[in-house]
Amino acid sequence: MTDINVPELGESVAEATVGTWNFAEGDAVKKDDILVELETDKVSIEVRADGDGTLSQIVAAEGETVEIGARLAVIGEAGAAASGAAPEKKAEPEAKPAPAETPDAEQGGNLVDAKIPEMGESVSEGTVGAWLVDVGAAVKRDQALVEIETDKVAVEVPCPVDGVLAERNAEEGDMVAPGDVIARIREGGAAAPAKTDTPTAETKKDTPADVKAMPSAARIAEENDLDLSKVEGRGKDGRVTKGDALKAVESGATSPTPAASPAPAPAASAQRSDEPREERVKMTRLRQTIARRLKEAQDTAAILTTFNEADMTAIMQARKTHQDAFVAKHGVKLGFMSFFVKACVSALKEIPNVNAEIDGDEIVYKNHYDMGVAVSSPRGLVVPVVRDADQMSLAEIEKKIIELGTKARDGKLSIDEMQGATFTLSNGGIFGSLLSTPILNAPQSGILGMHKIQERPVAENGQVVIRPMMYLALSYDHRIVDGKEAVTFLVRVKEALEDPQRLLFDI
Amino acid sequence: MSEVYDVVIIGGGPGGYNCAIRAGQLGLKTACIEMRDTLGGTCLNVGCIPSKALLHASELYETAEKDFAGHGITVYNLSYDLSRMMHNKSETVKGLTEGVAFLLKKNKVDRIQGKGRIVGKGKVEVDGPDGKTTLETRNIVIATGSEVTPLPGVEIDEERIVSSTGALELKEVPKKLVLIGAGVIGLELGSVWRRLGAEVTVIEYLDRIMPGMDAEIAKQAQRIFKKQGFTFELSRKVTGVNKTDDGLSITTEAAAGGKTKSFDADIAIVCIGRRPYTEGLGLEAVGIETDKRGIIPNKQFQTSAEGVWVVGDCTHGPMLAHKAEDEGTACAERIAGKAGHVNYDAIPGVVYTNPEIASVGATEDQLKEQGRKYKTGKFSFMANSRARANHETDGMVKLLADAETDELLGAHMIGKGVGEMIAELCVALEFRASSEDIARTSHPHPTMTEAIRQAAMGVEGWTMQA
Repeated sequence: MTDINVPELGESVAEATVGTWNFAEGDAVKKDDILVELETDKVSIEVRADGDGTLSQIVAAEGETVEIGARLAVIGEAGAAASGAAPEKKAEPEAKPAPAETPDAEQGGNLVDAKIPEMGESVSEGTVGAWLVDVGAAVKRDQALVEIETDKVAVEVPCPVDGVLAERNAEEGDMVAPGDVIARIREGGAAAPAKTDTPTAETKKDTPADVKAMPSAARIAEENDLDLSKVEGRGKDGRVTKGDALKAVESGATSPTPAASPAPAPAASAQRSDEPREERVKMTRLRQTIARRLKEAQDTAAILTTFNEADMTAIMQARKTHQDAFVAKHGVKLGFMSFFVKACVSALKEIPNVNAEIDGDEIVYKNHYDMGVAVSSPRGLVVPVVRDADQMSLAEIEKKIIELGTKARDGKLSIDEMQGATFTLSNGGIFGSLLSTPILNAPQSGILGMHKIQERPVAENGQVVIRPMMYLALSYDHRIVDGKEAVTFLVRVKEALEDPQRLLFDI
Repeated sequence: MSEVYDVVIIGGGPGGYNCAIRAGQLGLKTACIEMRDTLGGTCLNVGCIPSKALLHASELYETAEKDFAGHGITVYNLSYDLSRMMHNKSETVKGLTEGVAFLLKKNKVDRIQGKGRIVGKGKVEVDGPDGKTTLETRNIVIATGSEVTPLPGVEIDEERIVSSTGALELKEVPKKLVLIGAGVIGLELGSVWRRLGAEVTVIEYLDRIMPGMDAEIAKQAQRIFKKQGFTFELSRKVTGVNKTDDGLSITTEAAAGGKTKSFDADIAIVCIGRRPYTEGLGLEAVGIETDKRGIIPNKQFQTSAEGVWVVGDCTHGPMLAHKAEDEGTACAERIAGKAGHVNYDAIPGVVYTNPEIASVGATEDQLKEQGRKYKTGKFSFMANSRARANHETDGMVKLLADAETDELLGAHMIGKGVGEMIAELCVALEFRASSEDIARTSHPHPTMTEAIRQAAMGVEGWTMQA
């Protein structure tokens, strides 16, 4: 028996969503077979079998949220039926047709204490918050049992073992101290869900947040867009009763559009088909993360955008002149991005605040130039990093960007490849954008918005001439970058783009 | 004397034997003392079970006699053999009491025959066929049940003036039978003998039958029973039962006074109720005091004396076998340190007449008394397809739910087989279901349970089939 656990997913990644299992329980698997894909807010990770054997148990079903180290599945010896470990009862139907029927099943298993963890120094007690698990419910190791609120943080008490929550020793509102036993888990009591088919379906169906509600309460919730997980159930074992749901609706716990009001539009929409007018789809973790981080950036930084424009004639000319030789020597085409990266590095060196970040009451200056390059991928926007761009040649940068872009498209970017940029370039031009105001990629302090190259009439030496022009936008954190610095930065970028030789001469 | 028990239970009825089984299951060293030769208490020996055997047999007879023709079945020379009926009843009782004995054995409970008496803390003396012994125990559970409440001035001889016990053993069908008391037990026993040919008169002190039952249901029941041949003399007080040469003369007067009237009878059944049976139990040895009615008070089954517990008819609550059973189970769990609990708001009551009467939860009168706002849903079996097909349309379902939360508060039914159907509503009450929850739960068609669903819809005014 080998446990398949959630691997390390990189720093700052604490949990992942289980994707589709490629094998069913009982299937034979070979070493390095991809068992399942885990989706995190940054990357998708493939979990592989580390040996030949039989997939004897899937612990985390598709759609479940799992934490680092949590058990995903159990692989049995190739062909071997059972090694008799109690929690795996469910896994060997051929060995014992109805193992859980024995009354011992519910008694079996040691009681394991779940203790209040340390909550940080100087925190000696906390208040018990909402219980996340009912007594008698199956629990997995590291699953959060209950929240403890302190004046500083809210911590979750993790479940020490797989099993069944046997007892709770404190109720919501009680005061507890680190080390207190707050619950006891009957180890291996996972036998309970294995007893019949229905609970298995239940585990598959949802996360621990699965709300027990009476049929009428479910109806009321649906009609009023009420989130039942936020309604306190006073029915048996915490079920949400009709009275609970009615009370919640009355107290306004519903979304701003109650069911009663969608009526006003029917006349106008009389011609419409009967198709549902809206559809609800769960946000992917990536989307959720994008949403959260963008909003955090807006809420934190004092974002301001300055604009300029660049005449791209010189770069276009250089590409035309040297493209063949460049491809022949480096095997990649000379694109625009490398010029922009170099131009930005040069400007960052001159205006170090744009390459810095705020950490508390300190400014962290970076002596390295790691350029985030925003690229779109089928799963959404990702920002892989071209590291130490200051030490790279144009060709190296082009190669790196192609490599990262390919990985992004295939969903193969690693966490490392997406962390730690000091500045970001975002090219909305490839989609046709003429002008935009990018949002900072926190905690960075600057982001360059590139746009579409468009031939425009411009005045040059008193003459109106047609030039390939690009508007440039620099969004910056005005908390540490002054207006003068931001404008100067963008002017430097403009100058370097219009006269790339400046890069060569380092001026 | 050599061993100390964890639990010694005095009484082997539904409260006692279920307590014993659960205690045994939980690994407690348990003894169950029963003074009868057989286990099962009043319920199994002289109550629920034998009465159901006779009720079923007599109902089959009456159905053949009166209802078969309506279904196109002709019966010639229909007759019954009372002694065979009685024999069948005894066999049923025998089989079931032996079953209880087996269950105790299976769960390693020592069954001790004799009359138990508490002689001190942790000490129970048993006066059995082989003399007296004293058991030592950590916990004592009183489960001695109840006995028939006597009527002052009337001596029960179990020959002509009988209690429910004697009424189950009559040698022949009385021509004239008088029931003193219009409660559940009387109406069931009266039904048995009426079906077999007795002319039954029911004398009741109150102005209604089945006190405590929902008034509307009781009224409908009375109408149906009257149609069946019962004669009701309500608001009438029995002042004496005199034995005459050819039977009994029962003298009465109006409950309000005056207006005397006497009734002749072959047999009179005294069924005015039951009272806790604690005589000779030695409560005084541990300082337990009963209330005026002889009831032993308890808090989570614990009496005022440490280590002494009480369940069933001799403590508060309805005197019902399943209530005693629930308490016995929960009490054993508490003794074992677990969280045994009984929900007294969801204990059903069934009257096994034909049609049956069943209820659970609050009655309309109780809700009015509490000042609680409620809504009512009703549905008559007249409009139920299965009842129509079966020619069993007497009766109705009535549900009471909270006016605001729609939570089910009470269910009251009269109709064929409603004693089985009530269990659905017990589950609903236990889960704090609303009328809508029941209305939205699929019920099989065609069954009489559909009437429950229609009544549930009726609570919020959307009954669909009436």
